[in-house]
Amino acid sequence: MSSNARLQVLPSRMSQMQMKLRLVGAKKGHSLMKKKSDALTMRFRAILKDIKTNKEGMSDSFRKANFSLSDAKYNAGDISYAVIESAKQAAKKVRMRTDNVAGVTLPVFQQTVDETASAEGFTNISRGGEQIRACKDQFDELLSSLVQLASLQTSFVTLDRAIKITNRRVNALERVVVPKIENTISYITSELDELEREDFFRLKKIRNKKMKDNLEKEKELKQKQEELAAKGVAKVSKGENSLLGSYGSNVDEDEDVIV
Amino acid sequence: MTDKMKLGSDALVAVMGDEDTVTGFLLAGIGDMNKTRQPNFLIVDNKVDSSQIEETFKKFVARKDIAIILINQHVADQIRGLLNNYDQIVPAILEIPSKEIPYDPSKDYILSRVKQFLG
Repeated sequence: MSSNARLQVLPSRMSQMQMKLRLVGAKKGHSLMKKKSDALTMRFRAILKDIKTNKEGMSDSFRKANFSLSDAKYNAGDISYAVIESAKQAAKKVRMRTDNVAGVTLPVFQQTVDETASAEGFTNISRGGEQIRACKDQFDELLSSLVQLASLQTSFVTLDRAIKITNRRVNALERVVVPKIENTISYITSELDELEREDFFRLKKIRNKKMKDNLEKEKELKQKQEELAAKGVAKVSKGENSLLGSYGSNVDEDEDVIV
Repeated sequence: MTDKMKLGSDALVAVMGDEDTVTGFLLAGIGDMNKTRQPNFLIVDNKVDSSQIEETFKKFVARKDIAIILINQHVADQIRGLLNNYDQIVPAILEIPSKEIPYDPSKDYILSRVKQFLG
């Protein structure tokens, strides 16, 4: 984009007004966008920190959960098959809500527990109930932290995109739209000034021409008068004088119009 | 956002991983069979090859009732190309550590981005 790009407009007073309005609009939009971007970035940074701590804590809780699973297996035998076979209806589900940050909707997952489904239990496992329960609790905990992490992660991705788009718009307004409109305004202004100068010059020319004409006419009249006076016709002189007088006032009026 | 985001309705958590991981999460109660007897989990052992994982992943992503997919990192590695091109917001993909193989944070797309931002 060259620095003196401008919009294609006719240089007139009206388009100048329009451009000025557009400039005001663009600047307002720019400041609003900037604010939006700031709000999103703030939220984004908070989420970043949360993700970091959560992800780092995740490995630890996984280790704990896996350990308790081994414990349960040691006490109850291989429960995997029974557990997998008994999976029919999910007791733990997630519900989606949305959070609104500066007009950007962020998905938030919320864990829900279906009591009727979880009550079925694993009836075909006979031993090691306590260890299995402990293991279940561990994985419950792990699951809820993972659900939380999933919300954070989706928010992260969504916000990342939204921020990119917003920043692109901010930059476009700042570096393309506003300079373009400003260039257009200065173009219109200079063009209007130029027109004014031309007009002024033309009017001046006309005035000069008229003055010259007037002088010539006056000269002619005087000559006629002199000729008549020389012939000795005294009677006419009065009328000629009045004609000259009225002519003189005409010149005054013209001058008013010009200047 | 997306038409997949059905607000207010309950969605499932799917899991793809080794037997222990799947067992643990099923114990916690996320296991589900839908009407066509399709489970929301996949046990990846040495009998399952990457094309099968890929297929299951695609199926999970296409399902409207799955909101989160938990996937063991070593399983995720096998379909890395697919995951890198994944650009949907829902379902959310979460890479989790597995029992045998320690977690490598540098492979995680999200975590590497986070690191990049925090410096």
